[in-house]
Amino acid sequence: MSVVMVLLRRELSLAWARGGGALLAVGFFVAAAVMLPLSLGPTPARLAGVSSGVTWVVLSLASLLSLDRMFERDFEDGALDLLALGPLPLEIVSAIKCFAQWTVSGAPLALAAPVVAIGLGARMTVAPMIFAAAALGGLAFAFLGGTGAALALASRRGGVLIAVVVLPLLTPPVIFGGAAIANFNEGLPWVGALSLLAAYALGCVALTPFAMAGACRNAQS
Amino acid sequence: MFAALANPARFMAFSRWAAPILGVLGAGLVGYGLWLGLNAPPDYQQGETVKIMFIHVPAAWVSMMAYACLGGASFFSLVFRHALADAAARAVAPLGAIFTGIALVTGMLWGRPMWGAWWVWGDARLVSVLVLFLLFLGYMALRASIDDEAKGARAAEILALVGLINLPIIKYSVEWWNTLHQGESVMRAGGSALAPVYLTPLLLTGAGYSLAFGALWLARIRAEVWRRRATSLALRAALA
Repeated sequence: MSVVMVLLRRELSLAWARGGGALLAVGFFVAAAVMLPLSLGPTPARLAGVSSGVTWVVLSLASLLSLDRMFERDFEDGALDLLALGPLPLEIVSAIKCFAQWTVSGAPLALAAPVVAIGLGARMTVAPMIFAAAALGGLAFAFLGGTGAALALASRRGGVLIAVVVLPLLTPPVIFGGAAIANFNEGLPWVGALSLLAAYALGCVALTPFAMAGACRNAQS
Repeated sequence: MFAALANPARFMAFSRWAAPILGVLGAGLVGYGLWLGLNAPPDYQQGETVKIMFIHVPAAWVSMMAYACLGGASFFSLVFRHALADAAARAVAPLGAIFTGIALVTGMLWGRPMWGAWWVWGDARLVSVLVLFLLFLGYMALRASIDDEAKGARAAEILALVGLINLPIIKYSVEWWNTLHQGESVMRAGGSALAPVYLTPLLLTGAGYSLAFGALWLARIRAEVWRRRATSLALRAALA
């Protein structure tokens, strides 16, 4: 257990330091959300209609930002080889990396999401729903994003490739989360959509570490 | 039969004849089905546009089948490390992208007169077929961006298996979101909702598309095997 904690602490501090960590993701998130009224016009009624949905989309894009350094740094300086030789299997190592990514970038984004949505004109009551969807969805984004990052290890171009590979896989959580928020807004039952989002996120947590470990071994071979 | 064809020499001997035979059969079935379909009476609701179905629906079937083939071939390649399975996975991705593209374009051509819009975002199945298209593109992009062929193959296989999660979502999206798109009407409990005058040509073109897909796939695997042989021959010649 202590090995896991040591690794988790290392990954957390690396993720925090990596490319500005939480500040970068939240900064991008807020800046991109500011573009929305600038491009759609300041009419409050129009903005209020799209506020929570746009918040959700920009959130998924913001969570792609720091992915390309997730495995690459350790791969380049040889730390990944040491981790592969260490006592923990690569599956656990990858899961810890993704969990650290979620803690450092996904959780702050989930805290910022209701603020941004309300700033764009969403109702106050929807805030807990947006937070819950963003926290759960962020878990799926982190684990799927980590899969893309691990797959792109062997390639020449990291960043854009990760986005092209990962974005189609992000559609289910985006659909479920968007549906949960929209249903909540309209007073329709939202538990089903949120449960599907939670199921998808937990499925990612359970399955993607195997893909990540396979991708890392492949890049190292 | 599967195990026997794993031998590359036997596969080449088999596919040399199987590919053209399947191709001719498939083209014949598609031609006959289209002839029947185009001569069918117009639908009371959809008019003549119902006939786009004979091109659209089989393409959508084959596009999903192609991803299943990609996933299956990737699985065999990943587990058994068989070179032919990897060639099959590589060969099927552009084919799948093309069939998905046909399904998307003909769907838009049908949607314009029927729904009054080229594209309806409210429909889950449209969106998930578009996602399927993007998955094929992502697979090809990942494969193309990795120089080392063995590493690229392995990474692409893992991606294909991860993407397989998406296939059931496409399948069940019709039931999850009960939206604009036609529900399942060909195969459902209590018999098909399609009149036989439409069902027969649809099944014919469906079978024809599948056979043609098989023929194209076999031809592309053969091309891939030859490409590898040529690469290794060139390498040997350069080293000699």
